Amino acid sequence: MAGFFSLARFAAMVAKEFVQMRRDRVTFGMMVGIPLMQLILFGYAINSDPRHLPTAIWDADRSPFSRAVAAGMRNSRYFDVVRECAGEAEADELLRLGRVQFVLTVPAGFGRDLVKGQQPVLLLEADATDPSATSGAVGAFRALVDQALARELRGPLAGLAAAAGPVEVRVHPRYNPEAETRYNIVPGLMGVVLTMTLVIITGLAITRERERGTMENLLSTPVRPVEVMLGKIVPYIMVGYMQMGLIVVAAKYLFQVPIQGSLTLLFVLSFVFIAANLAMGVTFSTLARNQLQAVQMSFFYFLPNIMLSGFMFPFRGMPQWAQAVGSVLPLTHYLRLVRGILLKGNGLAEAATHLWPLAAFLAVVLVIGVARYRRTLD
Amino acid sequence: MNAPEVIIDARGLTKSFSGRVVVNQVSMQVGRGEIYGFLGPNGSGKTTFLRMLCGLLRPDSGSGACLGLDIVGQSDRIKTQVGYMAQRFSLYEDLTVTENLGFIARIYQVPRRREAVDEVMERMGLTRYRNHLAGALSGGWKQRLALACCLVHRPRLLLLDEPTAGVDPKARRDFWAEVHRLTGEGLTALISTHYMDEAERCHRLAYIAYGNLLAAGTPEELVAAQGLVSFEVQDHDGARLAGELAALLGVEQVVPFGNVLRVSGRDREAMLAGLAGLKARGVDVAEVTSSLEEVFISLMAKAEVN
Repeated sequence: MAGFFSLARFAAMVAKEFVQMRRDRVTFGMMVGIPLMQLILFGYAINSDPRHLPTAIWDADRSPFSRAVAAGMRNSRYFDVVRECAGEAEADELLRLGRVQFVLTVPAGFGRDLVKGQQPVLLLEADATDPSATSGAVGAFRALVDQALARELRGPLAGLAAAAGPVEVRVHPRYNPEAETRYNIVPGLMGVVLTMTLVIITGLAITRERERGTMENLLSTPVRPVEVMLGKIVPYIMVGYMQMGLIVVAAKYLFQVPIQGSLTLLFVLSFVFIAANLAMGVTFSTLARNQLQAVQMSFFYFLPNIMLSGFMFPFRGMPQWAQAVGSVLPLTHYLRLVRGILLKGNGLAEAATHLWPLAAFLAVVLVIGVARYRRTLD
Repeated sequence: MNAPEVIIDARGLTKSFSGRVVVNQVSMQVGRGEIYGFLGPNGSGKTTFLRMLCGLLRPDSGSGACLGLDIVGQSDRIKTQVGYMAQRFSLYEDLTVTENLGFIARIYQVPRRREAVDEVMERMGLTRYRNHLAGALSGGWKQRLALACCLVHRPRLLLLDEPTAGVDPKARRDFWAEVHRLTGEGLTALISTHYMDEAERCHRLAYIAYGNLLAAGTPEELVAAQGLVSFEVQDHDGARLAGELAALLGVEQVVPFGNVLRVSGRDREAMLAGLAGLKARGVDVAEVTSSLEEVFISLMAKAEVN
């Protein structure tokens, strides 16, 4: 008589699991793919001390001293000077659009005041929507300025260099002056939540019909594929807006995130992002054979989205290839759009620059989805 | 009553899946008001054939018409007049009986929807289960609900794919009574099944195996056409006698039926000669008419040889 535990029965169970594991290619792919993906993302792509941050300089002084500071920034690994601005308005615009992370303003008369020992002001404005992206560079800036000026302040001016702080460095963290990470996280969460729920839900909605056999019944009726697709998607668009509303209310009243821009604009433009996610879900559901696979695919999609979009880690801290991958993902652009509107008060013109990549993504995925859906009819 | 019209007219329908021919040049004519039985072993192509008729699949070659409409070009118009019941229960288990019927009625754009749904529920005896979830119904009631969903848009043709699989005998009998009532009202039904007793309830039958249509006609015609001869042998010592019978010349099938063994084959003379030996030992042997089951098993055995 077999006792409480039979090695033979246990072995039968183990053998069966292995056979099933081998048959289910998607699950097998997940088991190998997820750890690989995480290794690569965490190991190579993620850098919590970002360097080479794009910087614009507005030099109203044009003295050897101001040029020395600019050269110092160019030599530093923290700053990449991408633009010499012609005026304050241009610098401001670049910051608002998110083209640059920093703007250095050298006021007129900087060199003259420096020589006079009047401690002129150097203004470093930072896009602080993501405080973790700027803190390292800001910390390095002070030392960088001193070093750059030390080389200029020689001979009769050496005394100035010796004095503590020949210039006053003023750092102005724009859009998030208290450097509150939650100001960055909470609006970003909107994109993350939408991505997670909408892709999974629509992925399931259509595979469920197929798995339960109800799809066959549907296809035997006069209902058109387009009617099925849209009928499935529309309710979830409403779900998406509900989630957005919830997060906006929480952001405002629970987390006291200052809302600078127009909520109406945000809700209108978010339509493209919601649609892109739903289209992704529908496309997964045409590829997946069952509900489990649909969830696995969604997860596979979700992981790079959350890691490479700039939600968890500063986008500019990632190497070029990771930024390139991130630029394809809709969440990356939506995060910029949401943060732009909510934190920087972006209007339609500025927000639109983040909108077209979303629209392009939507178009491509939709084409794949519809093509796949047609084929599965036969 | 109108002159008999052809409701299903399939000619040489062929369908392959990844190089394997599943339905091979099948032709079939079904007249108005007929109950046409569709038999064949599992995987013989019955489901594929039915799916081609209602536009779920596109035939590779051949042509067909349902209700006078082309099954390839006009499948949208066919769908509105056909009630298709898939082999698997394919309604929403998380919707109630009324909700399922209401949904189907809306998809078909049935006029005066509520009345239509109430009427079909009444007819199928589903009214007292109207607020039950479809998933909570027993097998027999699920099948009734599925039939009700096929009827709610008042189709002219029913395509039922093994509608009674896994349903108890009483429910099956009720189901067939309902199908007979419906065809009496002018509906046409093409029904695939595995059950011989159900086959005998059909006006006409077709037998398909490995994608080929092997025989068609009324049950009596099918039995006569095969020229099968059957005997009933009184069984006294079971297994040993069955083995002995199977070894006789001309015997193709030996099937135990309670206390008798049924023996059948095509060569009557050879069988009589063999059975004479048994008679001499005092075993009761009587010639009987062949059953549909014997005819179909014999057809399938022949198809396997080919």
